[in-house]
Amino acid sequence: MGLHRHAGLWLLGSAMLLCCVSPLKAELKNSQHESHSNSNITGISIVTLKWEHVKAPYLVAVWILVCFLCKLVIEANHHVTSIIPESALLICAGFILGGIIWGADHQQTFSLTPVVFFYYLLPSIIVDSGYHMPNKLFFSNLGAILVHAIIGTCWNAATLGLSLWGCQKGGAMGDLDIGLLQYLLFGSLIAAVDPVAVLAVFEQVHVNDVLFILVFGESLLNDGVTVVLFNVFDAFVTLGGAQIDAVEIIKGIISFFVVAFGGSLLGMVFGILMCFLTRCTKNIEIIEPGFIFVVGYLSYLTAEMLSLSAILSCVFCGVCCQKYINANMNENSVKTVKYVMKVLANGSETMIFVFLGISAIDKTIWVWNTGFILLTLLFIFVYRFIGVFLLTWPLNRYRLVPLEFIDQLIMGFGGLRGAVAYGLAVMMDEKKIKEKNLMVSTTLIVVFFTVIIQGILMKPVVTWLKVKRATLHDLTLIEKVQNRVFDHMLVAVEDISGQIGHNYFRDKWKNFEEKWMMWMLMKPSARKTQDHVFSVFHQLNLKDAVEYVTEGERSGSLEFIRNDSVLIDFKKKLGDDMLDAMPDVTADTSFDQGIMLPFRRDPVPSVSLEMHEQTMNGLREMEDLNSHHLLQEHLYKGRKQHRHRFSRNHLSINTDEDEVQEIFQRTMRKRLESFKSAKMGMALPKTISKHTKKEQQKTPNGKNRISVDEDYEFSEADSASGYDPSFTYRAGGGIENPAFMADLDPVVPLQIPPWLAEAELDSGGVAPSQRAQTRPPLTAGDLRRLAPLRISTQSTDSFMMADIPDAEQRRDSFDLPPPPPPPPKDGYHQ
Amino acid sequence: MGSLQSSPSHQDYVDLAEKTGFSFEQISILHKRFKQLSHNEDKLRREHFGQITDLHANPIREQIVEAFFDRRNFYQEIEEPVSEISFENFLVVMSNFRPPSDNMSQEKLVKVRKEKLRFLFNMHDTDKDGTITLEEYRHVVEELLSYYEALETETARGIADAAMLEVASITRGHMEPDEFYEGITFEHFLKLLEGFDIESRMNIRFMNMDTTTLCFLTTYRGVKSWPFQLYFW
Repeated sequence: MGLHRHAGLWLLGSAMLLCCVSPLKAELKNSQHESHSNSNITGISIVTLKWEHVKAPYLVAVWILVCFLCKLVIEANHHVTSIIPESALLICAGFILGGIIWGADHQQTFSLTPVVFFYYLLPSIIVDSGYHMPNKLFFSNLGAILVHAIIGTCWNAATLGLSLWGCQKGGAMGDLDIGLLQYLLFGSLIAAVDPVAVLAVFEQVHVNDVLFILVFGESLLNDGVTVVLFNVFDAFVTLGGAQIDAVEIIKGIISFFVVAFGGSLLGMVFGILMCFLTRCTKNIEIIEPGFIFVVGYLSYLTAEMLSLSAILSCVFCGVCCQKYINANMNENSVKTVKYVMKVLANGSETMIFVFLGISAIDKTIWVWNTGFILLTLLFIFVYRFIGVFLLTWPLNRYRLVPLEFIDQLIMGFGGLRGAVAYGLAVMMDEKKIKEKNLMVSTTLIVVFFTVIIQGILMKPVVTWLKVKRATLHDLTLIEKVQNRVFDHMLVAVEDISGQIGHNYFRDKWKNFEEKWMMWMLMKPSARKTQDHVFSVFHQLNLKDAVEYVTEGERSGSLEFIRNDSVLIDFKKKLGDDMLDAMPDVTADTSFDQGIMLPFRRDPVPSVSLEMHEQTMNGLREMEDLNSHHLLQEHLYKGRKQHRHRFSRNHLSINTDEDEVQEIFQRTMRKRLESFKSAKMGMALPKTISKHTKKEQQKTPNGKNRISVDEDYEFSEADSASGYDPSFTYRAGGGIENPAFMADLDPVVPLQIPPWLAEAELDSGGVAPSQRAQTRPPLTAGDLRRLAPLRISTQSTDSFMMADIPDAEQRRDSFDLPPPPPPPPKDGYHQ
Repeated sequence: MGSLQSSPSHQDYVDLAEKTGFSFEQISILHKRFKQLSHNEDKLRREHFGQITDLHANPIREQIVEAFFDRRNFYQEIEEPVSEISFENFLVVMSNFRPPSDNMSQEKLVKVRKEKLRFLFNMHDTDKDGTITLEEYRHVVEELLSYYEALETETARGIADAAMLEVASITRGHMEPDEFYEGITFEHFLKLLEGFDIESRMNIRFMNMDTTTLCFLTTYRGVKSWPFQLYFW
């Protein structure tokens, strides 16, 4: 079954390929032919084929499409990708594609050129890794990373070059025209661990964070070394052995510092520039994300232009600015940046691997020398391990948590080489280096060996050695709080014990940052909302909102509506609202699965987020024209009706604020109520409803205790807890419907306050509610990030009165005014 | 051993080293610090901690200082906190932050972990009744967030409440409607922080040299953190 499907997919893939590869030739001829005949025709030709006009962009687009299709096909086979890493499969797909092209053209028309790789494909990956760099982890391990990146890479280059040279002297590889300097040049280009390959493999293995950052950070930071080594040895090869004196060598060493530190500094400058830019993009939010990409790319190109380390520049640009731009930019822009970055980086990675595979299918570059190739492979593998062990040994004496032997093994094993080495190898000058092709093909073999073989083995090895894995689960709130406690505690104990340590410096830096950097680089409004715990809490709230609806749905809480055809539209409406509101609200929480509702237990539809089906089902089953009519009349207008405006400057996903607001008000009010009653130690009225599940308990010493209800009640309480718990509020209790409003109570249908919501919004909140009066208004800056929270706080006051239908008997004790009369234009009564 | 002329004898050092696991050098450095803080007295009192200027900015300083005066941390079963501590007590508290040594057996590691967690738990459990109640936890969160003026107390409370509910849902699973959550007991605390790499995080590097000014090797010290946590730094 699966096989069939895959065969089908493959067919589809190869058909696509044939479509886009072989016809190209034919079309080419056609167009030439046509352009000939065009000159003869005097009249207007209705259709002309202008292949030459579009050739270049067309090929690019088609190749991107083909690469993406490869990925699609590969990712469709989970049982394969779980064994063989995606990067290896992509390379294999490249082999196949290359074979097809070779078969069609008898030459390799398409291959990975250094220009395309270094200027178009690599930057997006580097920008992404810089921007998404886990900064704290990175900086706490910076020492080890630098040691491995600098000394380790030099070690790899030197030992490989020297050993190969020695082997050649010993006669192990026959007659080769390679001198010592050329060996060293080869060693330096192949010494560097490749960020693309490492990330591709390690991402799927989930080793622990420290191990990951050590390998990944090394692969990023060794670029400075690679560039310098490559340039220096390239120059040395040009100069020839006799010309090299101490001065040249010293110059080479100096150039290392200039290239590495210059590149990093340049990146930081660009990062700060980016922060400043995002400080003032308030009015052009729609192109705000564009700045990040352009400035990031510019940092890369500028470094390249100044012959500094482009990768370092780009990484540090991202590392420096990530915090500030995330705070400065609009939430949607942040999301956009993240997604687009992932699209670009992932796409580039895919293309790099596919094209590595394609480039390999080329007879002209292949020169085989068994001794050279096998010895290179052996030396690379062995020296990598030796290098890791040698460097980790002194490091471990200084590390607070030493790297274990197993971790070191994985570090050694993770020394994957990739497209950077290939790009550098292709860049070598054939005139100077006679055996360039041998080096290129060896590089390719090394890349394939490390990416495919080591990549495949990585997972079994990690499992077999029982390497500590990363904890995959999300951090709970208490763990995050505990993280904070730790940070402060360690600093405090260092202070007390008089030690000046890691935490001390981090704390000092943090103070400095908060005092100056934030002040300089962050919008004033953004500074206030900088709290991690708080953002987590905020996310929790959103998550709960979704869960809450799901839960209400699952418990079939709206069944009572079945009897009341008048109210049927309500549940439709609510469902619709949810549909509209939730994507807005929860887009960043990735709880999509929460919206996937379980199937209903009963034939009668209750609220569902799959609105259209639901409406249809409901209608069919109700077979009630009246309700049909009511539905038509009273449903909020569907989203589509708001969608026909087109604007390039404004992106309005959901223009009907009322719907969003109302749904929030409803759920939040309800949840606040139930939470209050669960949590508050205030004197509460006895709950009235028979369905109430919460009970208030007071401990003898007057401490508040949480009474815990069933699972959904939890989520309720979680989300509701964001609002002032000290606000004395007549806790609801008495709500029959756990999911939705008391106002849905069929007993008093006319008290349903959809108009209430509308009225309130229409009047623009003229009359501040009681709660609003008791509390200073939030600043605008707060509101931006707290939008959902605020909406819900609004709801708590404006809708408290909606309890009334359910609690008529306690109305007198209610200290709020009765609900205002419905406005005359209320759609509900039309 | 020339630097050991100040009070404790060699035998004291041996005892202390045995009890706390610190090396002689570390003990002597810490002893100097102790003397410095206490103005050459034998006992350290709360107000001495007030002189540490760096500590003023720390939002949870009270709890940390209090931990030094908490008898539970000296393995004594006396309720009320002491008003002054000896050097030995000081060392015992400090020893909670000692990194585990390389050649520790698995059970030993578990024990160390438990001790560290116990210290943390005691720090939060201010009324010493064996549970971290909501009030106590709120207090912690409020102090943590007090640094950010933008966040109001009620937000802090909200976070604490949410965390507490989360705790309840983790430790108890489904609860009956009329049940309520009393607070985090130590067992629950252990369970909650199961995935927490405390033995490699709650560590401070105690110098073997007397370094009050110099320490440039700090970056080598890995303090574990979580992947791709963008908001931290």
